[in-house]
Amino acid sequence: MTLDPCERCEELMQEFLDRTLSDAEWREAETHLAECDYCRRRYRFEETLRRYVKLSAVERMPPGLMSKLEELRGLDAMA
Amino acid sequence: MQARVIEGYGSSVTEPEPAVDARRIAAQALSRVRFEEEALDLADQVYRVARRLVGSREEAEDLVQETYARAFRSWRSYTPGTNMRAWLLRILTNLNVDRGRRVQRTPQMQPLEESDYYLANKVASAAGEDALEQDQVVERLSQDSIVHALADIQPQFREVVVLVDIGDFSYADAAEILDIPMGTVMSRLHRGRRALKQRLAEETVA
Repeated sequence: MTLDPCERCEELMQEFLDRTLSDAEWREAETHLAECDYCRRRYRFEETLRRYVKLSAVERMPPGLMSKLEELRGLDAMA
Repeated sequence: MQARVIEGYGSSVTEPEPAVDARRIAAQALSRVRFEEEALDLADQVYRVARRLVGSREEAEDLVQETYARAFRSWRSYTPGTNMRAWLLRILTNLNVDRGRRVQRTPQMQPLEESDYYLANKVASAAGEDALEQDQVVERLSQDSIVHALADIQPQFREVVVLVDIGDFSYADAAEILDIPMGTVMSRLHRGRRALKQRLAEETVA
């Protein structure tokens, strides 16, 4: 079965964002994105979403946890 | 006195003599302090992953403490120069499994949506095609929604999404940490991201 170009682009999108496509696949996706508004918008959306997913985890350690970890220093299975 | 071979941090040493033995002990103590410092420098990053793997701040805090307790106890099994962040997170994910957190949320099998563009398409049909290029639109899928959605997806998918998309680990590192094949990392990641977007669509796009 042959996918239409947008379906194919959708299939490649995550790995395109991960930068793990082969050179040939990369060019295929890039070429399609350059000429297709529909997929380019979705690419932009996915890219932004990734950034926000990462931001969602930006949370400092609770105060006091570091000193609890410091107290664990010196534990030794062989002692 | 029996010669002892010490492996792990520092080179292997075979050393029966008391004077040299003292030097060896001193060297080992130094290696160990360095190990501990290096591990503690990563605590923020370790906590960040823990926080997204488990439901609450308290659980995350416990998990991080257990991780460091185990790491410090087994410091000899760490090979200097290798990826300590991955080493620590491997301990953490194993502990997370041991503690049965996998089953706590009793997630049901969610039917997987058919398309990777699912959320984008939902947003586009609710707010127009141009909305997809506006950061504010994604911003409105607020921080809380992402956190909730992440907490809602199945643990084996969540693990991979957290490691790769939040922890910035490569597929290969995630495979090593979780002790699963790289192909499994990729398929879980794919399904995890889709599930995440599906939850977001349900939560935020009416």
